[in-house]
Amino acid sequence: MPTVTRRDFLKFGAAGAGAVAFSGLGFDDAVAASTQIKQNLRIAGAKESHSVCPYCAVGCSLVAYTRQNPDGSTQLLQIEGDPDSPVNEGRLCPKGATAMQLAISPRRVESPQYRAPGATAWKSVSWDFVLDKIANNIKASRDASFVTTDGNGNTVNRTEGIAFAGGAAFSSEEGYFATKLMRGLGLVHLEQQARV
Amino acid sequence: MTNHWRDIKNADLILINGANPAEAHPVGFQWFMRAKLDRGAKIIHADPRFTRTSAVADMYLRIRTGSDVAYFGGLINYVLQNNLFHDEYVRNYTNASFLVRKDYAFNDGLFSGYSQSSRSYNIASWSYQTDPSTGFAMRDMTLQDPSSVFQLMKTHYSRYTPEMVSSITGIPVNDFTKVAQLVGQMGKPDKVMTIVYAVGLTHHTTGGQLIRSGAVLQLLLGNMGRPGGGMNAERGHANIQGNTDHAISWEILPGYLKIPAPGQVTRDDYVAQSAPKKSDQHSWNFFGINYKKFLTSTLKAWYGAAATADNDFAFNFVPKPASNASWMTIYDQALKGKMQGLILSGMTAASIGPDSNQVRQALSNLKWLVVMDALPTTSSEFWQAPGVEKSQVQTEVFMIPTTHWIEKDGSFVNSGRWSQWKDQVLPPQGQARHDHWILADIFQRVKALYKSGGGKFPDPIMALTLDYADPAKPTLDEIAKEINGKDLATGKQMTSFANLKDDGTTTAGDWIYTGSYLDTGNLMKRRGGISDPKTNDPTGMGFYANWAWSWPLNRRVMYNRASADLDGKAWDATRPGITWNGSKWVGDVPDYPATLDPHDPNAYLPFIMNGEGVGRLFSNGMVDGPFPEHYEPIESPVQNPLHPTNSASPVAFLYDKAAGRPDRFGTVSEFPYIATSYRLTEHEHYVTQHVPLLVQLQPKPFVEIPYELANTKGIKSGDSVRVSSKRGKVEVQALVTKRLGPMTVAGQKVYQIGIPIHWGYVGVSADSDPSHGRYWLANALTPFVGDANARTPEFKAFLVNLEKI
Repeated sequence: MPTVTRRDFLKFGAAGAGAVAFSGLGFDDAVAASTQIKQNLRIAGAKESHSVCPYCAVGCSLVAYTRQNPDGSTQLLQIEGDPDSPVNEGRLCPKGATAMQLAISPRRVESPQYRAPGATAWKSVSWDFVLDKIANNIKASRDASFVTTDGNGNTVNRTEGIAFAGGAAFSSEEGYFATKLMRGLGLVHLEQQARV
Repeated sequence: MTNHWRDIKNADLILINGANPAEAHPVGFQWFMRAKLDRGAKIIHADPRFTRTSAVADMYLRIRTGSDVAYFGGLINYVLQNNLFHDEYVRNYTNASFLVRKDYAFNDGLFSGYSQSSRSYNIASWSYQTDPSTGFAMRDMTLQDPSSVFQLMKTHYSRYTPEMVSSITGIPVNDFTKVAQLVGQMGKPDKVMTIVYAVGLTHHTTGGQLIRSGAVLQLLLGNMGRPGGGMNAERGHANIQGNTDHAISWEILPGYLKIPAPGQVTRDDYVAQSAPKKSDQHSWNFFGINYKKFLTSTLKAWYGAAATADNDFAFNFVPKPASNASWMTIYDQALKGKMQGLILSGMTAASIGPDSNQVRQALSNLKWLVVMDALPTTSSEFWQAPGVEKSQVQTEVFMIPTTHWIEKDGSFVNSGRWSQWKDQVLPPQGQARHDHWILADIFQRVKALYKSGGGKFPDPIMALTLDYADPAKPTLDEIAKEINGKDLATGKQMTSFANLKDDGTTTAGDWIYTGSYLDTGNLMKRRGGISDPKTNDPTGMGFYANWAWSWPLNRRVMYNRASADLDGKAWDATRPGITWNGSKWVGDVPDYPATLDPHDPNAYLPFIMNGEGVGRLFSNGMVDGPFPEHYEPIESPVQNPLHPTNSASPVAFLYDKAAGRPDRFGTVSEFPYIATSYRLTEHEHYVTQHVPLLVQLQPKPFVEIPYELANTKGIKSGDSVRVSSKRGKVEVQALVTKRLGPMTVAGQKVYQIGIPIHWGYVGVSADSDPSHGRYWLANALTPFVGDANARTPEFKAFLVNLEKI
């Protein structure tokens, strides 16, 4: 079955209208043609999922359509506003309307990157390499800057030499988990987007 | 927001300050337009620039950036002088009748208790006269006592005459008077006004008080707690609300409990110094009396079996900061060589500023920097930014690929506190991993290092609960259940924070979310939407209680007991929040005991969460004054017309000065123009610089220059210009516009320049620029100074020079 693009659809519409008016093209033929177009909608048979826009905090609900490819990969077909949401009633701004280009991007960081002190370029490294090195850094900086008791004899149990800043596009549960882990490590310098 | 997006449709009058919702929150703005089109609401927009919001407003006021306390103060004065306040509400629902200590004073811009040497206040005198027999505050219900909050407030704001407001803000007296007349009608019980704001109010050295000045006005008009009313902050990021609720903030634990301070040895010490105290016999003080239960339930969620009655539920595991540890402090400590490592997980530092050049210096002082992000950022690339000698930067840098929002589930909490669950739509792209899995994995490795090699106080690391099917890969569903909390005896999910205990028998990761995830399921997933308004919006007020879940307890309008009068009747029967039907409160989820008769002689006062039980026109909760007062921005072209000798905030935190670094503030002789920064509709801070379609819509950086000023400098749209401050410069194109114009402030002619934030040396635009966006960071210009309360930087008001290149 041929794929009908939006351009073809518009051409068909214009030609169809003209045809009805001037050359008496049968109505049934037009219906048959439009039925065929409907069957070729991009989201036909797609899986419908619900998301929320990742940009500002209006919290516009999104409907995302995906399809499983024969190779097992998932193809994102479309993101649009959810018409049932009491917040956005289906509407999106230019950012939400282009959310697909944030979701799927050739600009993504592909693998863990490492830049040694003084190095002039990134080096692609393994996950174990970065995670072990970071864990060792955290332990060393924590041990070097941990204060058990302050100058007044108060128990304070804090790590002064490490700071953490979390993202405003974390899911809430990620944010809570980050707080829990970082407080667990004794961090006091804990921030996110709220002030900036 | 005290209310929520859809609720704005219920307003009669909408004041917008420090915000441009038509541009920055366009889809939320539909509810402003519904109010205007459907019920004839008026919109008043006060902003330095005439924007898309101004274009549909009924009145536009060109206001000097950072002067909104004077604007709201003038409105407060007008309402008080003309007796236009909501009398019954002010008398019964605010602390207007409370008597303040006799040694409280305000003279020449300083409140009582100021210390020049420490640049701070001793706030002891900012408290109530108390009855020695009860310890409760003294009150005068006639509001005539000269020590009453009402009379003190009247005196305080009497200085804010229309002429003074005009002198400070630049708003012509006639325009201001017209607004005052409209606002003055909103104290009638059947009228309601909302105030909507964004970071145009918060990003000042007086940010906290800018917002409080609006809140005080709303209390006087009886508009807090009502549908169509409230103080409504439009937040700028998808889940900044949820992440603040869950306390990725130095000064709090989840649910806005204060971080413990040194010297607090036990939970009881902590509660005594942190929780609100009951100051009226009819105050419930719900937060205060439950503070210990909320804390203990979080400690049990975090430290599990290791938190016992014998060790005071591991209270000493919680780190106690020596002093402020907020955003700018992190970089200040790095500049001092005291910060070794920084983890940026979905957050940037370099472009976000303030004073990006100084922040980049701070990053190069670190031993190590971890950037976890889906896309490169100005922080991950800071060591190879244009003009930087790479080999000289000794910071070890990690860049770890993480997943996007659409590759994981979990909730986003919008400005209106609606926690909306989202599906995982796509699998992670390439090697990307979830932030929380990366953090969990690193934590496991750190834990193993302590187990094998020992180290400083490993106890909290060893005890931290990781009761997930896979501790290195917790699901967000598991964490959502933990946040809600459970009864440890029965294993059942808690249904309300009212049932939490301080004896270690309950958990709650964040008490304000208790009730969001019950044994029957995750209420944040609910989708009872607008296709069935009969079921989902039976009152027609737009609460949509079956859509997602709103904290606290699915309440859609906070403080809603104040939406009804003393008898429990709606102030305006056509717009009820909650009402008493003779046996219970109906409507929204009541912010009050559901069956407590308002006529009960022991009925609680309406604001159940604070110690007074009523709204605070006067508050000792702020460190820079119990009443909002106008202070000039740190960099200002004029002296404060109210008190020139104490022109700027006397308690704003001056980081460079405190650290002994050279002064980085400019003066009007070198930098004669006021500048402010903002966002465009195609932009979300910096990440949208990676989205090609949005870059096509806003391809190049620019600054907006007032037409008259451009003429005097021979600058035309499209010319290259340099905008410089004491701290740095941007070199971009000029956009000459009449949307900005000259103003008369304190008798002087001043100009304001507009600078969109967004562009930098990373992104699609930079990739195609010969200089690679070397001088594109707007925050290279902004000052490294913070609000005394929140240490929020003064992004929105600073001084610059302008030159044609």
